[in-house]
Amino acid sequence: MAENDVVVIAERVVGGYPDVTFELLGKAKEIASALGGEVHCLVVGDSEGHECLGASDHLHLVEGEHLWPYNPHAWESAISALLSELNPRLVLASTGTVGIDLCGALAAQSGAMLASYVVDLSVQGSSLMAVAQLYGGKLMAECDLGDGPAFVTAIPGSFAGLAARVDGVADPIAHRHDGAEVRMRHVALTEPEKTGVDITSEEVLVSVGRGIGGQSNIELAQELAEVLGAGLSASRPVIDQGWLPKAHQVGKSGKKVKPKVYLALGISGAPEHLEGMRQAELIIACNTDATAPIFEVAHYGTTADLFDLVPEILDLIGG
Amino acid sequence: MKIVVAMRQIADLVEELEVDASGADIDREFVKFVSNEWDEAALEEALCLKEAHGGEVVVVGVDDVDFDQTLFGALAKGADRAVKLSCGFEGWMPTAVRAEILARWLKDEAFDLVLTGVQAADDLDGQLAGVLGARLGLPHAAVVVGLEPDGEGFKVTQELGGGVTLTSHATGPLVLGIQAARQAPRYVPISRIRQAMSAGGIEEVEVEAPAARAPRVTRLFAPEAKGRAEMLGDKPSEVAARIVELIRAKGAGVS
Repeated sequence: MAENDVVVIAERVVGGYPDVTFELLGKAKEIASALGGEVHCLVVGDSEGHECLGASDHLHLVEGEHLWPYNPHAWESAISALLSELNPRLVLASTGTVGIDLCGALAAQSGAMLASYVVDLSVQGSSLMAVAQLYGGKLMAECDLGDGPAFVTAIPGSFAGLAARVDGVADPIAHRHDGAEVRMRHVALTEPEKTGVDITSEEVLVSVGRGIGGQSNIELAQELAEVLGAGLSASRPVIDQGWLPKAHQVGKSGKKVKPKVYLALGISGAPEHLEGMRQAELIIACNTDATAPIFEVAHYGTTADLFDLVPEILDLIGG
Repeated sequence: MKIVVAMRQIADLVEELEVDASGADIDREFVKFVSNEWDEAALEEALCLKEAHGGEVVVVGVDDVDFDQTLFGALAKGADRAVKLSCGFEGWMPTAVRAEILARWLKDEAFDLVLTGVQAADDLDGQLAGVLGARLGLPHAAVVVGLEPDGEGFKVTQELGGGVTLTSHATGPLVLGIQAARQAPRYVPISRIRQAMSAGGIEEVEVEAPAARAPRVTRLFAPEAKGRAEMLGDKPSEVAARIVELIRAKGAGVS
C-alpha cells in the first residue's frame, strides 16, 4: 500500500553520496517495516554511483533538463511530480541543502506535516513521533506528526547505527521530468578556493567562536595557536562576521577536522559545528555558559572566561 | 527594486531556557527575545542592495515579543518602511502559520525580492523561505550567501556544504533564505534608534492568526548528557595548567 511507503531523497549535489543517505535508508527500512510499506529512493539529476542505494525496494532515477547540476527550482518541480505519483506516508531527507531548500516547500504544497532537525523517529500506534533538536541544540522537542503524510529532515549522524549501504540495484525505474516552468538557470558551481590554509592537516587546532567577541580579539587566539604550534580555526558566526576567512571554518558548511587536540574557545556547539569536529581525539572546550552543547561532545571543559584563560596558558608556555 | 525583509524575534540563546508548566514550550515569561541573527543578515543584504542599486526596503513581521525594537533598529539602519502584523498569537508560532500571515499581507504588495534568515532556532516545522515561497508560488532558495541583480533577474549564490557554492540565475520575484550578507550587519548607535522611535513610523496591520498544520509538541526537554565533559573548574591559572598538561600528554603541538 503506497500510503504506508517511505521515500528517501538521496542528496548528492557534489561528489559521492554522503553517509547520511545510507542513514536515512536504514531508518526508512525500519519505519516502512513498522508501517507495512516499502522503501523508495529518489535520485534526481546525475545518477552516477546509484548502485550503492540497493537498500531501497524501489530506486527512481529522475532525469531531465535543468536537473544537473543541482537546481532548486527544477528539483522541487521534479520531486513534487514524483511524490504525487508515489503518495507516500513519509518522506525522509537530511537537513543539508536539499532538506532546507526544498522540504518546507514540498510539505507546504502537499499539505503534509514537516519536522526539521530530527534526531529520532518512530512509529507509535498510528502516529509518527519525532524528536527534534531546537534552540541550537539546547532543547529537544518530542512531537507528534499524526497519522497523515509527513516530511522529516534529519540531522546527519542521528541514525548512524542503522546506516544501510547495499551495493547492487536490480531494476532502477527511469523517469523524465523537463519542467517547462523552471525559472532558475545554472550559472556556476564553485569549489572552495585554495588558500594555502589547510585546517584538516593540523595536529592541534585552536578554534574560536562567537565568544571571541570581535575581530580585534582574533589576535589573542592567533598568538595561542602560534605558541602551541597549532592551526587557527573557527565556527560559522566568526566566518559570517568576516573576522576570519572561509578556509578557517569548521563545520558542515566548512571543513571536517580530526586533529589530536581541538581547543574550542567561546564556541557554543551548534549542530552545524559539532558535525565538523566531534571526531577530534581530544576536545577541550572553554565557554562561560555551563549549559552550552559543546560540553556534550568535549572531553574536558571549563567555564572560565577565555580572556582570563588564554593569557594564563600563554604565560605557562612562554608566549 | 523593492525588497521585503521578513524578520522575527527569537529567544536569546545566550540565556538559559526553561520549560514551562505545560512541558511543551519554553517559559516565555522570563526569557529575553532578540532579533533572529539570520534575519539581521537578510536586512543587511537588502540595505547593501538598495545602496548599490537603489530601491526600497520594507521590513515586516508578526508582532512577536519586543518586535518594535527590531523594527526601530531596522528603520535606524536605513529601511524605508516597517510593518507589524498584529494577531494576538501567543506561544510557539509554527513556520506554517507565520508564512500564511506574511503571504496574506504580501498579496497586496508588489515586490522583487523577499529576503529572510535562512533559519531560526525554533523553526521545527521548516524554514520560512521555502514554506513562504511555496505558499506564494514563487521560486525560492535557501543558504544564500551571494545576491546580485543580473539583467532581468538575479544571480543567487547558495552554499552546498564543504565550501562548494552554486550560482543560479533566477527571474523574480524570489523568496530567499539568507545565510550571510556581503558584510557583517551594520552597527547603529542607540541615539539613531531613539530618533527612529520618537519619529514613530511603524505601520500596524491587524491580521487573523490562521490555522495551519504543524507538529504537536508533546514534550520539550534538555538533551540527556551523554558524553558530558569532565569539568576542570573555572580558576584560570589551574585550568590553564591542566590544559597544557592534557595537550602535552597527547604528544602534540606544545614544544
